[in-house]
Amino acid sequence: MGAGDEQRSAGGLRRDPEAGLVAGVLAGVGERVGVDPLLVRILFLVLVVASGGLLLVAYALAWAILPGGPAGEGERGATAPPADAPGPGRRRRGRLALGVGLLMLAVLLSFRELGIWWSDALAWPLVLAAAGVALLWRQSVADGTELDAVPTAAPSPTAPAPDRRRERRASLLRLYRGGFGVALVLGAALLFLFANDTLGAARDVAVTAIVIGVAAALILAPFLWRLGRKLAAERAERIRTQEKAELAAHLHDSVLQTLTLMQKRAGEPEEVAALARRQERELRSWLAGEDGEEGDGFAGALTAAAEQVEDAHRTAVEVVIVGDCELDERGSALVGAAREALTNAAKFAGPPISLYAEVEDGRIEAYVRDRGTGFDPAAVNAGRRGISESIVGRMERNGGSAEISSGDHGTEVQLRIDRDGA
Amino acid sequence: MSAGTGSPPTVVIVDDHALFRSGVRTELEGLVDVVGEAGGVEEAVRLVADVKPDVVLLDVHMPSGGGAAVIAGVSESRPGQRFLALSVSDAAEDVIAVVRAGARGYVTKSISGEELAAAIRRVHEGDAVFSPRLAGFVLDAFAGELTEAEVDPELDQLTMREREVLRLIARGYLYKEIALKLSISPKTVEAHVSAVLRKLQLSNRHELSRWAVERRLID
Repeated sequence: MGAGDEQRSAGGLRRDPEAGLVAGVLAGVGERVGVDPLLVRILFLVLVVASGGLLLVAYALAWAILPGGPAGEGERGATAPPADAPGPGRRRRGRLALGVGLLMLAVLLSFRELGIWWSDALAWPLVLAAAGVALLWRQSVADGTELDAVPTAAPSPTAPAPDRRRERRASLLRLYRGGFGVALVLGAALLFLFANDTLGAARDVAVTAIVIGVAAALILAPFLWRLGRKLAAERAERIRTQEKAELAAHLHDSVLQTLTLMQKRAGEPEEVAALARRQERELRSWLAGEDGEEGDGFAGALTAAAEQVEDAHRTAVEVVIVGDCELDERGSALVGAAREALTNAAKFAGPPISLYAEVEDGRIEAYVRDRGTGFDPAAVNAGRRGISESIVGRMERNGGSAEISSGDHGTEVQLRIDRDGA
Repeated sequence: MSAGTGSPPTVVIVDDHALFRSGVRTELEGLVDVVGEAGGVEEAVRLVADVKPDVVLLDVHMPSGGGAAVIAGVSESRPGQRFLALSVSDAAEDVIAVVRAGARGYVTKSISGEELAAAIRRVHEGDAVFSPRLAGFVLDAFAGELTEAEVDPELDQLTMREREVLRLIARGYLYKEIALKLSISPKTVEAHVSAVLRKLQLSNRHELSRWAVERRLID
């Protein structure tokens, strides 16, 4: 019983949850055979009663094994649910399976009470075996789809480590589930033998089988071990190849493009330097990868400001930042003033320009230094809004201070501001 | 270690990129005496034992162990050998790892030929060479509170003066300018920097160990 359905599952048989009343198994059968699902359902109910409820077990088995989705949808419908189900969905399915199992148990027990029943010796082992088979089949279906899923999932470069961890956990889970399925089927077989009093004779056979099995395991162990190692090595190799391909793709999109541009602009040294600097920055942040230390805090904003000045004025700024904090209004004011000071340095002095900032518990300090010829801050026309307004004024409006010292050895702008709530 | 101010110091360049070696060699022409080049760890260890240069100019990133492996290999035969690390990388873990391995300074590859020669001379004379960025890293590493495990205040803490000197380095001041600003002699500035280098190499501060560990994980 039910074996016929299973056999055909290899063919085009599939569940049709859309059309079905419960899980769409019978709707799927009906569609496959070309009969109205209603007829199939009536026939099924008759057979369930006639079989003492055992056909219900076959139904659950079919539910677990048959791929979901109407036939017209093709393979996609079949692969989608088991492979990339996120955590909550999986848990929901687990609860669903548990509910269905308990419900079936209740129905079977009622049948037993009503006397529509084969015998305990036959029915219970069958139920157990069905559960085991369902697990194992489910397993192989999921494996197949996961293999299909690997190549498409691989090129996502963002988070390889967690992916791999999840993969490992999934494979462990698969192993557990497979082992549990095997144990269930074996248990069912033993229970059947025991219940039919044939275990005594079977025991001798079983002992022999176990001994032979152990011996075979001992013989095969090294081979299996080596096989496992080889598989692991191949897997590692595959991952390496993928990473390499990803690296090549990135280098092509960024570095090679820039190098091409630089060759075209070879006659314009400033342009070439700017291109190289931008590429260097991009490559560095790519290499730094997930740490992404320069986030949206004060340090990140200040670094970004320095980079803007570098790009706009085709110059280099040596940026050193110690500590970091959240970017509040005062921090932003300091960043703005620092940008203005850097712009002045880039315009009037040129490289080398140093930017040093230190975030302390109580305050933030920043220093912008160049090695230009210097100027007398007091002599600068008050109408020059750059210094008076954008640097000194901005700092003072936000409760900070700016100090400018200039001499033969260059100019240094010191910015200082207290931190909120510190 | 023939400390000599008369003749330019002898230098060996260790870098796995031949193009870069020849570039540095050209830049240093006439400023120091480049007596050899090596492209790998083993080659470098052999060459340094052979020609006994005053200073080894060392790339941080190289196959089979990088600059730290060269320092470890050389220290057996020449424990007093002086190294100056040179790298495109300015990641804290790289910088800290090679300095803790024994380099007396760290400069990035964007440095000009003259500055590099000056740094080599300073390392040759036994001083430490701190780039602004390295100074920033050190200030960062020594900023936090001390933990129970770090009990040696001699090694695990910077003095106020050392902090001041490092801040000025980070701000782009040269040693001479620092001396002027703090009204101390350039020799005193150098003594402070050397003291900081020593702490950097010997302290057990967990920030330093953490960076070193991260570095090892990457390689």
